[in-house]
Amino acid sequence: MKTAEEIFNTLKEKFGSSIVEFKADKPVEPFIIVNPLEVDKISLFLKDEKDLLFDSLMNLSGVDDANGIKEKDDKGLETIKGGTLSVYYHIESTKLRHKLTLKASTDREKPEVVTVTEVWKGADWHEREAYDMYGIIFLNHPDLRRILMPYDWEFGFPLRKDYKNPEFYQGMKVPY
Amino acid sequence: MALKTEEMVLNMGPQHPSTHGVLRLELQIDGEIIIDVIPHIGYLHRCFEKHCEAMTYPQVIPYTDRMDYLASMYNEFGYALAMERLMKIEVPERVEYIRVIMGELQRIASHLVALGTYGADIGAFTPFLFCFRDRERILHLFEITCGARLLYNYIWIGGLSHDLHPDFIRLTKEFIKDFRPNVKELNELLSYNRIFIERTANVGVLPIETAINYGVSGPNLRASGMKWDLRKDDPYSVYHKFDYDIPIGKGEKGKTGDCWDRYYVRVLEMDESLKIIEQAIEQIPDGDVTSAIPKRVKPPEGQIYTRVENPRGELGYFIISDGSINPARVKVRAPSFVTMQVFPELCKGFMVADVVAILGSVDIVLGEIDR
Repeated sequence: MKTAEEIFNTLKEKFGSSIVEFKADKPVEPFIIVNPLEVDKISLFLKDEKDLLFDSLMNLSGVDDANGIKEKDDKGLETIKGGTLSVYYHIESTKLRHKLTLKASTDREKPEVVTVTEVWKGADWHEREAYDMYGIIFLNHPDLRRILMPYDWEFGFPLRKDYKNPEFYQGMKVPY
Repeated sequence: MALKTEEMVLNMGPQHPSTHGVLRLELQIDGEIIIDVIPHIGYLHRCFEKHCEAMTYPQVIPYTDRMDYLASMYNEFGYALAMERLMKIEVPERVEYIRVIMGELQRIASHLVALGTYGADIGAFTPFLFCFRDRERILHLFEITCGARLLYNYIWIGGLSHDLHPDFIRLTKEFIKDFRPNVKELNELLSYNRIFIERTANVGVLPIETAINYGVSGPNLRASGMKWDLRKDDPYSVYHKFDYDIPIGKGEKGKTGDCWDRYYVRVLEMDESLKIIEQAIEQIPDGDVTSAIPKRVKPPEGQIYTRVENPRGELGYFIISDGSINPARVKVRAPSFVTMQVFPELCKGFMVADVVAILGSVDIVLGEIDR
């Protein structure tokens, strides 16, 4: 069993600048910020290294950090420019019984993160959901389609903080 | 001359009685053999996570009820636990005991639906009626406690909405006494039924490595032979005070991790839940159940991932707080959502009729898959 800080030091040694920061100042969970384009390699290392063995992905979730420049149009609807979208990975080792949180932040205008489906197959639908809700593109994902929203949904990504409802969807007025 | 053969695509659902909700399965078949299954979900999507961002923290609780509508108590339990850890609230012991009792009763009720409908899917209708008869008594216990039968809004952040009804302990004891023989009856009626075993043993085998890699949890993982239960392995509430076992699949009728194992693990789990409830109602202390409920829920800036062992597996809440009275992000890691991903792997190489048997055995609830 290892603490998050020990794991951070191991990773820092191995991957250098791809491991950005260790954050433990806020309650309740510490997390490690990593480079979104190196997540797959870092994950594979975390899974295979014999004193880490992170064999299970508990949860993967997209988050809108809403830290860009906020602009209001004449209707009072907000648009966010710049800033980041993030992906949080909650992983654990069922053998060594330790847990870890990783965070990968990516540019809001061009959100790209490398997929971890090769490492943990369970990431597949979680990543599709993050794409569906936030528009985060998971590079090398085998099947990146919408999952919860209709396949033909073309009005943006609903969980972004500046999402606006369409006026009509297939001839039906929204909100009805 | 050789006959030309081709693969066929068969559509199952969304309105199909044994998909347990609105799920569409695109079956690619070669004759009767399944080559691949592509699940299409989202027919029940209600934007739960988007709604949460517009609600205050306590207002989210009724929404969590509506995710896994067969295990509403446990959804509330998980959410309340996450919020209490985020806000560092110490909960009175009586509250913890009542939560455990309610949670375990809910587990039995949920498993009864799973087992009963599984029997009905396979073609045995009588066990279905027996299971629902027993479940009705549990729902009655919930009803006298909080007034609702299915969607409770009972477990609040820091406490409970009501204390127990004066008759609750007596009725629960009576229920336990009556229910134990009924489990035996269910075993004779369904579990050891020759036809049922023929349909379920050696079908849809889930190897343990695949299960872990996909993140499968709960009874489905235990049926594959892994002793993994968050009540023991990532303890929360007062579960450490009780004495109970974690049943696992042993491949009694076929291979470990087949449909019959997944079914039978649930039967055994009901017995263990009864043990927990029995001990909890013996030990339950007195106290006020509303004393720790915060007047204003305004957690500090931060984030937390908390998980509980829901009847279907690991139910996780990932909550990000920006210091205001509304959550900045609530993500639910629904056990059925993860289990559904492994479903195509289970079906490959089996017959079309087995799809129904496999789907029933993994026990999904579409309400939490689609959220």
